[in-house]
Amino acid sequence: MLEARQLECTRGDRRLFSQLSFRLSRGQLLRVAGANGSGKTSLLRIMCGLLAPSAGELRWQGRPIRAEREEYSRNLAFVGHLNALKDDLTALENLQFAAALGGMPADAGRMLAGLDRFGVAHCAELPVKVLSQGQRRRAALARLALSPAVPLWILDEPFSALDVGAVVELERLLAAHLASGGMVVLTTHQEVQVVAHAVLRIDLDLHTAALLAA
Amino acid sequence: MIRALGWVLRRDLLLAFRRRGDVVNALVFFVIVVSLFPLGVGPEASQLRNMAPGVLWVAALLACMLSLARLFAPDHQDGTLEQMLLAGEPLVVLVMGKVIAHWLMSGLPLVLIAPLLGLQFDLPGDALVVLCVSLLIGTPVLSLIGAVGAALTLGLRGSGVLVALLVLPLFVPVLIFGAGSVGATAAGTGAEAHLLLLGGFLALALVLAPWASAAALRIAME
Repeated sequence: MLEARQLECTRGDRRLFSQLSFRLSRGQLLRVAGANGSGKTSLLRIMCGLLAPSAGELRWQGRPIRAEREEYSRNLAFVGHLNALKDDLTALENLQFAAALGGMPADAGRMLAGLDRFGVAHCAELPVKVLSQGQRRRAALARLALSPAVPLWILDEPFSALDVGAVVELERLLAAHLASGGMVVLTTHQEVQVVAHAVLRIDLDLHTAALLAA
Repeated sequence: MIRALGWVLRRDLLLAFRRRGDVVNALVFFVIVVSLFPLGVGPEASQLRNMAPGVLWVAALLACMLSLARLFAPDHQDGTLEQMLLAGEPLVVLVMGKVIAHWLMSGLPLVLIAPLLGLQFDLPGDALVVLCVSLLIGTPVLSLIGAVGAALTLGLRGSGVLVALLVLPLFVPVLIFGAGSVGATAAGTGAEAHLLLLGGFLALALVLAPWASAAALRIAME
């Protein structure tokens, strides 16, 4: 379970959000909404432990995430704005390296199955630099198909650059992950239909507005 | 942990193999800079012998600097560094893998080609051996210290110049004892003390630099 207590984020001298608290349990989807520049990516980076909040703290299973970094990281899969793919490596090699970093077995068969799930298995042996934006995004998301056992998925704009087929596939993958007791945090500007028994929503615009009014 | 180090090492070597130009550039730079000196100074053998250790070592420092800018910056740009910070393995281990790969691609080639270049300066056989040994011990220190500088300047504007300003002063002790060891052999006083000190620097850098780099990377990513 992921719990945020009174999070505050300041970038430069601008306060993006403050007193943000939420609790995410197994099987729940958290959708972070807000206008451009409202702090969605910063919030996600804080949730990954890449960025320190200026106040407040995050707890994973009751323990602060920054105290046991590696342990927390093993429970986390993050797909950010950047695809984390090396241009000079093939999609398969990229995926193998990502799996090895996550402490997962890196055999080619599993990797190919992951790529196939997102319809890019035929590009597995091509260097990433010749792939299109959408294909790169698919290859990056294939990481998720390999990490069903990782409970917490944090996805920054996962639907960007994807075509309709890939969007449906990702929605299906997320629904299956949630159904098996996983947790998903995502930001998106698109309307998505992910079947989940509980969808939490944080709107950073409304949150800030509510704070200003109070 | 060793497995993760192996993967980082393997990936960086594979990337270097796919972009051979970068590795060859630094090596060609080293060869050309060293070769310019005999051409510029003239063929006076005793003069060349005296300046050989300094010239070879300074050129090695500069060649090492050239490749430092590419140590973490490409990973930073494409997001793989983010994933390394979020790996279930200690970042120190992954940094160590990257530093070893950097040394294999930028330090080791210099060690191998240095004796050939030493011949241009009319260095005697025993001095050539000491030159090789001093570079073998000294260039890993350059990679280790350089990694700290590269991590500290990651994502900054003009980081190439900044990393040189930051790291070159720290290279000074390595330069003094590295070049000193070759000079001492040529002068007949023996290079043992210099080489032992270089070994001491290596031990110190091995213990401190990966941690400092890892901490600097975390700060740079915030």
